[in-house]
Amino acid sequence: MSCGIVRGMIAVRLMRRWAWTVLRSSVLVAAVLAASLPARVSPQAAGARYIVLASTTSTENSGLFAHILPRFTAKTGIAVRVVAKGTGQALRIARNGDADVVLVHHRSAEERFVAEGHGVERRDVMYNDFVLIGPAGDPAAIHGLRDAPGAFAQIAATGAPFVSRGDDSGTHRAEQRLWQLAGIDVREASGTWYRETGAGMGTTLNIAAAMGAYTLVDRGTWLSFKNRGDLRILVQGDRRLFNPYGVILVNPDKHPHVKAEEGRAFIDWLTGEEGQLAIASFRVDGQQAFFPNAR
Amino acid sequence: MSDSITAFGRAWALIAAADATLIEIILLTLRVSVSAVAVAAAAGLPLGGALALYRFPGRRAVVVALNALMGLPPVVVGLAVYLLLSRSGPLAPLGLLFTPAAMIIAQIVLVTPIVAALTQQVIEDLWEEYGEQLRSLGAGPGRAVFTLLRDARYSLLTAVLAGFGRAIAEVGAVLIVGGNIAHVTRVMTTAIALETSKGDLALALGLGLILIALSVSVNAMAYGIRDYARLRHG
Amino acid sequence: MALFRGAGGEAPPSTGLRTGCRGETRDSQVFPGGAAGDAQPLRPDSPLAQPAEGGDILPLLVRGVRYEARGVALVDGLSLDLRAGGRTVLLGPNGAGKSLTLRLCHGLLRPHAGEVRWLGPDAARARDFQAMAFQRPVLLRRTALANVTYALSLKGIARPARRKLALRALERTGLLALAHRQARVLSAGEQQRLALARAWALRPRVLFLDEPTANLDPAACRAVEAIIEAVDAAGSKILMTTHDLGQARRMADEVLFMHRGRLLEQTPAAEFFERPRSDEARSFLRGELLQ
Repeated sequence: MSCGIVRGMIAVRLMRRWAWTVLRSSVLVAAVLAASLPARVSPQAAGARYIVLASTTSTENSGLFAHILPRFTAKTGIAVRVVAKGTGQALRIARNGDADVVLVHHRSAEERFVAEGHGVERRDVMYNDFVLIGPAGDPAAIHGLRDAPGAFAQIAATGAPFVSRGDDSGTHRAEQRLWQLAGIDVREASGTWYRETGAGMGTTLNIAAAMGAYTLVDRGTWLSFKNRGDLRILVQGDRRLFNPYGVILVNPDKHPHVKAEEGRAFIDWLTGEEGQLAIASFRVDGQQAFFPNAR
Repeated sequence: MSDSITAFGRAWALIAAADATLIEIILLTLRVSVSAVAVAAAAGLPLGGALALYRFPGRRAVVVALNALMGLPPVVVGLAVYLLLSRSGPLAPLGLLFTPAAMIIAQIVLVTPIVAALTQQVIEDLWEEYGEQLRSLGAGPGRAVFTLLRDARYSLLTAVLAGFGRAIAEVGAVLIVGGNIAHVTRVMTTAIALETSKGDLALALGLGLILIALSVSVNAMAYGIRDYARLRHG
Repeated sequence: MALFRGAGGEAPPSTGLRTGCRGETRDSQVFPGGAAGDAQPLRPDSPLAQPAEGGDILPLLVRGVRYEARGVALVDGLSLDLRAGGRTVLLGPNGAGKSLTLRLCHGLLRPHAGEVRWLGPDAARARDFQAMAFQRPVLLRRTALANVTYALSLKGIARPARRKLALRALERTGLLALAHRQARVLSAGEQQRLALARAWALRPRVLFLDEPTANLDPAACRAVEAIIEAVDAAGSKILMTTHDLGQARRMADEVLFMHRGRLLEQTPAAEFFERPRSDEARSFLRGELLQ
């Protein structure tokens, strides 16, 4: 074998080795890069200053936050990170100190939260209302009723399927209060015509649409919900369907790491003129979804 | 029906437009899952290898437990990590809740048992072939574990990929500890869950298609590398 | 507290074809297409010409050894003496317990009864001065050279010396040209030679070989035999099994004949092939099937 051929073979082998090494190390580098990649800079994530807002699925899913929060961030440089859960869970997160501000919709729970010292003070922010929706066929014949508890009683009487959140959310608690007013113990019916999803509003609506069932939903979520099937609003306008939202700063005396200053700035803005105007200007399909009512 | 047809359209439109939010979500998804799998592999590979070779009292129980942990419910893991990282929990000072780091931790917990259990099986099989030779050469168990891990590296890729698949497809745990915060902790699966709950099923399905494509391409890449290397190394 | 997992049960039965090296003359070319350095007589100054310093572990004393699997004795009442020098061949039909005996001597298996004892002055470090090659070579997924240096590293040999010793071992086994090839893509014959190179590089006082040529064609088989002769010439004791009578005739200085888990004779080779002492050995040599 001539020297040239041998040398050529060695060169080929070296090149192959080199290519392999490059391939291997590039995979490694890619992995490391992917791992260390900073979250892409966006207005929400950029600032070192941010607060965590524990809120409800109704406000997040309707698109309200996407509409108003950028204005607050633009003005103050404070990003707002929204964790959207049911009211009960949002308050629990706040109780653990894992949020700086809560914005929820169950007045008595909010007041208890403050009374127990977890929150500083509750302030009115806005309201909308609940609507009772159901299939177009309306087997319980409640369409057009103004009396929500009466409609609930009729549903129970006909045994038409009703889907409940069953997740201790503000909507769930409002619904339970309406059953109470109607004088019906739904615990007994659970699993028959009364179905508890234990899930968020959207999931519950998807189930109602699939089952052709009645359910209670806040107007904001309903307006922005896309998978309606043949569901429609059947009962609305009862004053007992009123759905007020309150905002509370988590008590910094209990949880020293709470960003009290930024949290207060947010609450002041939200309940101030600018925030209230921002809420009022939010539209879903041309309809106003939330009505500001801060004093 | 129409949803599934529009889903392709929506997915394609998002990709074609290189939608900034979508890219951000994809990058975060990869960052979280790749980091989690890297850590899980660093821990799970030696752990599985050691379990395959070392004999100690209670080993069977550990192996059974490990295999059971492969099916760990993500929601439980999410809850446990949440309680750990919460401001009321033992790791409160880290302030990691609702950050990508918390999601990585949850996924590490989910993925490590998968990598370890699959590694244990692979290494045990390989030990059948190598055991006598390695013992004859005087390799202690520690050295033997690393020799076997090295020689089984292409088979172990499958174990790591199984872990990656679990991590990237998981929603329960990251939703709880990440909070699905827009631009901060929103990954593919939580975005899909969100769009589903908004009733935008076409968009949700579209995102799902993109996630599947993502997962398939990572796997295809890994298997491609493995096959090439097998051909070369015999 | 952690116990290293030992191999359990029975050695796999040999399924290899009886190709053997018959028909090959002893002085045919040793390594087909061999590179320089093949099977040259070893220079006395070669590090491979001498076993490592110390390492006087022989003789090996085996007394009353029994080994069983699932309650069945596969080797029983085994007693033998292994002395330094020369090539001892374990002969016997399939299932006689040859492979088990090798593993018991090498310490891969622990006997259920009886004792295996090294009597030389370095007996305490007996493991360091033994090596073994298996019927199916177990090579790591790395280069031929790295397979040898790996084994040397396990013996605690420093890195620069490792490479030198490994290259020397590859040279002696005619594999130098293949040093940087992946071990697993070598031919079966090359793989077995590499396994022997790896064992030889350790400069063992005793080299155990379990059917080292069972799966090889005649040419590769001759190459392996030549290596074994060279290892012997360099001063290592060889204990090997084979069921190939031709190979036994060519290689053996001493024969251990086993049948159904028992050692029937330990006889100098010349005598064994002329006048076997046991009926079973006579039948075996005549090529009759043994029950």
